[in-house]
Amino acid sequence: MDVRADSGGKSRLANTFPITTGIKTMAASVVDTYTDPSMSWMNAPHSTGTSIMACEFDGGVVIGADSRTTTGAYIANRVTDKLTKITDYIYCCRSGSAADTQAIADIVTYHLNFHRMELGEPPLVETAAAIFRELCYNYRDSLVAGILVAGWDKNKGGQIYSVPIGGMVQRQAVSIGGSGSSYVYGYVDANFKPKMSKEEAVKFVTNTLTLAMLRDGSSGGVVRLGVISEAGVERSVILGDQLPKYYEG
Amino acid sequence: MASVLVPELPTPGFSFENCQRNAFLEHKGFPAPKATKTGTTIVGIIYADGVILGADTRATENTVVSDKNCQKIHYLAANMYCCGAGTAADTEMTTQSVSSQLELQRLHTGRVVPVETASTLLKRMLFRYQGHIGAALVLGGVDRTGPHIYCIYPHGSVDKLPYATMGSGSLAAMAVFESRWKPNMSEEEGKKLVRDAIAAGIFNDLGSGSNVDLCVIRSSGPAQYLRTYEEANVKGKKQGSYRYALGTTAVLKTRVIPLEVESVSVHQVQPMEVEPSR
Repeated sequence: MDVRADSGGKSRLANTFPITTGIKTMAASVVDTYTDPSMSWMNAPHSTGTSIMACEFDGGVVIGADSRTTTGAYIANRVTDKLTKITDYIYCCRSGSAADTQAIADIVTYHLNFHRMELGEPPLVETAAAIFRELCYNYRDSLVAGILVAGWDKNKGGQIYSVPIGGMVQRQAVSIGGSGSSYVYGYVDANFKPKMSKEEAVKFVTNTLTLAMLRDGSSGGVVRLGVISEAGVERSVILGDQLPKYYEG
Repeated sequence: MASVLVPELPTPGFSFENCQRNAFLEHKGFPAPKATKTGTTIVGIIYADGVILGADTRATENTVVSDKNCQKIHYLAANMYCCGAGTAADTEMTTQSVSSQLELQRLHTGRVVPVETASTLLKRMLFRYQGHIGAALVLGGVDRTGPHIYCIYPHGSVDKLPYATMGSGSLAAMAVFESRWKPNMSEEEGKKLVRDAIAAGIFNDLGSGSNVDLCVIRSSGPAQYLRTYEEANVKGKKQGSYRYALGTTAVLKTRVIPLEVESVSVHQVQPMEVEPSR
C-alpha cells in the first residue's frame, strides 16, 4: 500500500506528451529514494508495498493483510486496515495506491448498495468482482490497484476473485497479492489444501502473511484477519508479538 | 470546427497543451516558477475530552522564509478545524471551499455536521485532481459520535488515527507521539504533548520554525483557537545600548552657505503645421 502512485502518474503524462522518457525501472527508483536529496517524502516513487491474502475453506473464506502504508521509505501508517467492507458479506483486500484503491472501494460500495436495494437481497460476490473489474479495466491507464474480492453468497458459498493491475478477473481457491506475495508463492502452493476447516485456514493465512512480512521490507506491522461465512464476518487482529515464530538466522 | 454561429465549448478539465513547451524550456534552463510550499510540522491528537491540533508558523519559498508567522490551522466549522501542509494556496483554497460546503450542509440539515462528511468532501476533491492540488491535511473535530482525527494525503487517500503528524517535520513530531501518546490524556497533558511535538519539528526540521499554534476542540463546549500558544523562537535582547547622547561629538566650527536659486522657464514654440496650397 502506498500513499502516492507516481509511476502511474508518469505513465499518464507520457500518454499526454511524448517528450517524457517513460517510466523509470523499479530498481533505479528504489535507489533514488535514498540517494537523491530532491526526492523527498512528498514525491516518493510508487510501490505496491503490501501483503494480502484470501483463502477458501469449508463454509466460507478467510481474508488477511499486513498493516503497513508507506510514503517512500517512511511508514505513514503502521496500523492500516486494508480489509475494506463492501457489503455485509463481501470484503476486498487492497494493494497498490492507497488513494486509488480507497476510491474504487467507495464507488463499488455505492453501486452494490444501490443494487441490493433494487434486488432486495444481498448481492453476489461475482457481481462485486465484475464491478471492480469494470472500473479497474476502464481506468487501467490511471489506476494502480491490485485487489482481491472475497465474500460469501448463497449461490456459490465462499469465493475469491483476483483483480490484478490491468483489470483482469479470475476466480481462485486461494490468492495472494502485493509485493510481499512474491516471497510466499512456494509456501502457499506447498501448504494449501482444498476444504480446510476454518481453524486450519486461519492458521494458514496467518503463517503465510507472517512469512511475507518478514521477508518483504514494505510489509509489516500486525496481521489483520477476517472470516466470512454464512454467519457474517468475524474480524480479528494478531499483534506483532503474537505472530508465529520462524527461523531468524 | 468552431464557427461564429456555433461557438465551440471549451474542453473541461486540465489543459496539458503547454507541457511539452515547458519541459523544453526547463531543459534549456528556464524552469517554471514554483508555488510556495510550506515546509511544515502539523499534528493532531485525540485526548479525553476531544481533539487538539497543532502547527508551526513558518512559510517558505525554497530556502527563504516568506512568512515568519502564518496560520496553518484553518477553520472548517464550529466543531472542526484542519491543519494544512504542502502548497500554501492549495491548503487555503481547499479548506475554504469545504468550509463553505459544510456550512451549507449545516443550514440545510439543521444539525452539527459530522467530521466524516468533511473528510469525504476533502478526499473526493483531492482524488478528482489526482494530486495536482498539493494539500496534505490533518483534519480534527468532534461530533455526536465522538472525537476524530483524519490524515488526508494530496492524492486523496485517508487514514483515521488517534494521533497523526504531517509535513516535512512529521518524522520529528511522530517520534514524540510514538514515545508519549496514550489514550485518555488530560487537556493539560495533551497540550504539552502537542506543543512538544511541534517544538520537535520547529527545532529539528529546517522547513519548520517560528511559533506554536494550538487549537483545542472539546466535546463539551466551543473550540479554543490558541494563536501563538508559545513563541518558540524569542528574539534575543541587545545587551548594551548603541545610542549616543546628543553632543557626544564636539562641534568645532559652523559655516552657513546661503543657496541662491535662479528659476528659468523655457517655452518651446512649435511651428504650426500648414497645408501647402496647390
